[in-house]
Amino acid sequence: MKATVLVRPKPGILDPQGKAVEASLRHLGFSVDGARVGRLVDLEVEVADPEQARAEVERMCAELLANPLIESYEIELAEDS
Amino acid sequence: MNAGRPSVAVLVFPGSNDDRDAALALESLGADPQLVWHADEELPQVGAVVLPGGFSYGDYLRAGAIARFSPAMRAVAEFAAEGGYVLGICNGFQVLCEAGLLPGALRPNESLSFVCRDVPLRVERNDVPLLASCAIGQRLTIPVKHGEGCFFADADLLAELDESRQIVLRYDGDNPNGSLDDIAGVVNADGNVMGLMPHPEHATDPLLGSTDGALILRALVERARERALATASS
Repeated sequence: MKATVLVRPKPGILDPQGKAVEASLRHLGFSVDGARVGRLVDLEVEVADPEQARAEVERMCAELLANPLIESYEIELAEDS
Repeated sequence: MNAGRPSVAVLVFPGSNDDRDAALALESLGADPQLVWHADEELPQVGAVVLPGGFSYGDYLRAGAIARFSPAMRAVAEFAAEGGYVLGICNGFQVLCEAGLLPGALRPNESLSFVCRDVPLRVERNDVPLLASCAIGQRLTIPVKHGEGCFFADADLLAELDESRQIVLRYDGDNPNGSLDDIAGVVNADGNVMGLMPHPEHATDPLLGSTDGALILRALVERARERALATASS
C-alpha cells in the first residue's frame, strides 16, 4: 500500500526557508502572503490492510519522520492501482 | 582504566568531522580519548562520552535524526541513565535532542546562512558538572560553525527549562542563529548530559585565538577521572 506523509513546521515555528521562498516569489512579482516549507515522504508499506497501514505509518512518524516538538504531520493512504 | 589519564569515548558517526579535533583536545587536556564507531553496540570502559560535531548521516531528514538510532547511541543512553557524563557538541547536541536525552530542538539558522565565527557566551550556572571550572556570569569566547543551531522549545517547555535552570549557556550580545532566548547550551534534568552549539574543542590552544573551550573540556576530563576512580574502588 502506498502512503504519503506530509510533514510541516508547526504554526508559530520560525521557518526561515519559507520566508526565503516567500521573499523570492514576491521578488518575481507574485503576490504572496506567507509560505511555509515542509517535507513529503512517499512510502510503500508492506501492509494491505488500510487501518493497519495507517497505524504503522503513525508509528514511523512518531519515531522518525517528524519531530513532534516542531513539526506536525498528515498521512494519506492510497490503494495500489 | 588508568585514572591518571581517564578514558573518554568520542563517538564517530558516518559524517562526523570533529571527532579527531575533539580527541586531540581531550588528549592535550590529560584524557585518553577512545574513538567509538557508531555501529559498536557497547562503549569501552570510559568515564565520559563526547558526541562530536559534523554532519552525521548527511543531516538527512533532520540534523541528528538518524544518528540517534545508531547502536552506539543505545549504549550512550544507558551510560547517561547511570549518571555518566555526556557532552554533545554542535551535531552532537542535535543528536542528543533528537534522542530525547536533552530537551528542545535545533532548527535551521534564522538567517539561513551557515555561521562560522567566534561568539561570546555567558555562563549561567557553574553547579553542573561540566561547567564546574567556570564562574557564573563568566564570558567565554568559543567559535560556532553550523547551519542549524537555532534552539527551539515551545512556551511550556521553555518555562519548564527556566524553572529547572536547565539553560546553562547563552549567547552574550551576539546571537548567531536566532536561537530562542539566546540559548547556546542546555543540560538534562540531572545535569550530567550537556549539549552546546559552540565548539569548545576548537578553543583549547592559544594559536586558535581562545582557550576558553578548555574550561569545559577540562571539567569533563576531571569528571571522567573521578568516575574512573569511583568505579575502580567500588
